[in-house]
Amino acid sequence: MPISIEMTAATAGMESATLVRWLKAEGDSIAEGDIIAEVETDKAIMEMAAPAGGVLGRIDVPGGTDEVTVGSVIGWLLEPDEDASALPSTDQSAAAAEPAPAPEPEAKPQPAAAAPVHSSTTRPFASPLARRIAKEQGIDITHLTGSGPRGRIVRIDVEGAEKQKLQGQSLLEHSGMRKTIARRLTESKQTIPHFYLTLDCDMEALLDLRRTLNARGEKARQPYRLSVNDFLIKAVAIALQEQPAVNVSWQEDGLLQYSDSDISVAVATEGGLITPVIRKADEKTVLTIAGEVADLAKRARTGQLPPSAYQGGGFTISNLGMYGIKEFSAIINPPQAAILAVGAVEQRPVVKAGELAVGQQLTLTLSADHRAIDGAVAAQFLACLRDLLEDPLSLLV
Amino acid sequence: MADYQVLVIGAGPGGYVAAIRAAQLGASCAIIEAEEPGGVCLNWGCIPTKTLLHSADLFRQAKTADAFGIELNGTPKFNLDKAVERSRTVAGQLNRGVRGLLRKHQIPLITGKACLLGQGRVAVTQASGEKTLSADAIILATGARPRELPGLKPDGTHLWTAREAMTPNALPERLAVIGGGAIGVEFASFYATIGCHVTVIEMAERILPTEDAEISTLLAEHLTAEGIQFHTSTRVSGCEREGEGVTLSLSGPEEATTSLTVDRAIIAAGITGNVDGLGLEHTAVEVKDGHIVTDAHAATAEPGVYAIGDVAGAPWLAHKASHEAIACVERLLGNEQAHLPGPEQIPSCTYCHPQVASIGLTEQAATERGYQIRVGRFPLIGNGKAQALGETEGLIKTIFDEQTGALLGAHLLGSQVTELISTYAVSQVLETTEAELLQTVFPHPTLSEALHESVLAAWDRGLHL
Repeated sequence: MPISIEMTAATAGMESATLVRWLKAEGDSIAEGDIIAEVETDKAIMEMAAPAGGVLGRIDVPGGTDEVTVGSVIGWLLEPDEDASALPSTDQSAAAAEPAPAPEPEAKPQPAAAAPVHSSTTRPFASPLARRIAKEQGIDITHLTGSGPRGRIVRIDVEGAEKQKLQGQSLLEHSGMRKTIARRLTESKQTIPHFYLTLDCDMEALLDLRRTLNARGEKARQPYRLSVNDFLIKAVAIALQEQPAVNVSWQEDGLLQYSDSDISVAVATEGGLITPVIRKADEKTVLTIAGEVADLAKRARTGQLPPSAYQGGGFTISNLGMYGIKEFSAIINPPQAAILAVGAVEQRPVVKAGELAVGQQLTLTLSADHRAIDGAVAAQFLACLRDLLEDPLSLLV
Repeated sequence: MADYQVLVIGAGPGGYVAAIRAAQLGASCAIIEAEEPGGVCLNWGCIPTKTLLHSADLFRQAKTADAFGIELNGTPKFNLDKAVERSRTVAGQLNRGVRGLLRKHQIPLITGKACLLGQGRVAVTQASGEKTLSADAIILATGARPRELPGLKPDGTHLWTAREAMTPNALPERLAVIGGGAIGVEFASFYATIGCHVTVIEMAERILPTEDAEISTLLAEHLTAEGIQFHTSTRVSGCEREGEGVTLSLSGPEEATTSLTVDRAIIAAGITGNVDGLGLEHTAVEVKDGHIVTDAHAATAEPGVYAIGDVAGAPWLAHKASHEAIACVERLLGNEQAHLPGPEQIPSCTYCHPQVASIGLTEQAATERGYQIRVGRFPLIGNGKAQALGETEGLIKTIFDEQTGALLGAHLLGSQVTELISTYAVSQVLETTEAELLQTVFPHPTLSEALHESVLAAWDRGLHL
């Protein structure tokens, strides 16, 4: 019996992925565990291993196919004594995927509609001229409604779409990264029950410490400069160790508990947001963290980040303080269960020992997945984080 | 409740098609016709003239048969009476065919004159008396008739309309054709082929003024070589009966006046819609320049009243009327997807020798609309089948939008091009670009290969040029 090769879930909860390319051709001999294809999920390209040994009998889903459903058959392995005749017919899957043609309003025989449709491509049903004009004008023809016979997209439909875009507007095609961001964040905001906790921290001590350390850094043999964010990463990493109930991921079949403090740091690049990971940040010094962040951010902005550098974080920090943002709420970066939104450190009136004074304040907002984290747990985490930030020497030991 | 869902007035190629389509869609309908079913097209237009022109084509071939290895016993002669008789027989057959089609779809054919009374009611005057019918929708398909020129009233003997011109008793020696449009040029070609001295008088600066200038100029050259004389940019300013003939006063360019004496003159100077006596004054229907004003879906200003075909304006073509009929009926019976054919989708054919056929924009119109164009030209002399047929005169001209590759227009001159144009008509409806036309495999050896070569030429890829 031929063995089916199914699209595997690279991360839990993944529903579909792009089959980037096959690394084996039909007829190649394969041992179990051989890497046979590359699959792109979210922001990473993963390798797919052969489920068994044999000969790659047939490729059903070609490389470059988007949104291949997890669990769907993408190819077939033949056992040594089998040939291609043992493979199941492709027609079954094609016919099943294609909805039956809608009946025509007139009950006359319609030979063209009655014949089963075997369409393996996603070519839009449009006139050649409509396709040509759409391409030139940058209009995504798949979103248009056709007014021609049987819903065929014709020239006036494309020209109509063009007219809807007023003067001074133009449509820019989505990049793959943009599409990924859109899909993931929509999915997150629509499926994860977010709740938000906001808390102010007194940053005076941390700013003093940072000033002292940076003064040393200037004169050091290898000069360094620490940012507030570097301390924050360290503080979050420690807080996650102290409150591991926040260092989790909601999975359909259970709660995934992370043991390391792997912190994703949101970095804005020209193409969009990317989140490189500082791994085991609790075990690293603030200085090491500072060096890693600088390196990762630089590589992210030049697009040289390997998938391994942004895959697998357990908690994300998004910092918009450098833009003077006071506070904001972030959308959880799935499959994580929490994200910390960091505002700007700023001078604000505070009450100290019954007296009005000027304090250095920072507002933190934690977004948490209520399926995985309860309010009190998240509040304890946030309080722990505040204690660490307000006692910054604790971050140095 | 109204007597009918759809009541059609006029049983020409617009009206009878409208009635049949309404019946196919299950609507109750009837059709009123004052004369013969089939309209001008079938009885006094397209079909009888094409029958006559075919006789003329055979006569021309017979005269040149020797070159093809056919020896005829004596010199071929044209029997005008027989040709006219055959033309009437064919028209009669088709007329009966339309009656049969209406019967098959159980559509009552009411012979009489219709007059709108407003509010969906129509009075029909019949030999047996008058009756009033009502309908949810009324489709006006009353067609058109030759336009009368001031001082040129057809008399049925010397000053002919198309109707007399297709039923002549004798062959005039000298013939004037007033109007160099499709109808005039066809008669000119027919009569010149069978032995008349023909002079064509056209107001515009060239014959077939709506066709592409290059094609019309080429046609004029061919027809001149056949012995036809042309007076373009010329009007007929007067007309005198003189004995057995007619003398026309002609005002040419720069007001130069000359006179032309002929035995007979055909008035073929445009047509005007049949809007009189229709009772339009009882409705909100608007008439402009002799034609009923309609919107993009053939609706008039009067709710429930539609107008299609010649009475609704140019182009005055039977196939346009039929397609408007289908779209109009489908729409008023609920299919909102039905659209009247766009002007760029309606081919136009003239059955002179050589024939002219076109679709879409002329080169001039395309340029005026701001298109950056690519023009392909392929003369039929480069086509093998044309050589075999001995019909090498002609040109296939195609015009493309350089930017999108859209076929903007096609203009054909030559033998059988009225059949060839349909290929480009299909291209227009399918919205092909040059790429699909280039990919299309045209069979060899056919005249249709010239259609391909013209497209190749437009994109600087001509193979046989």
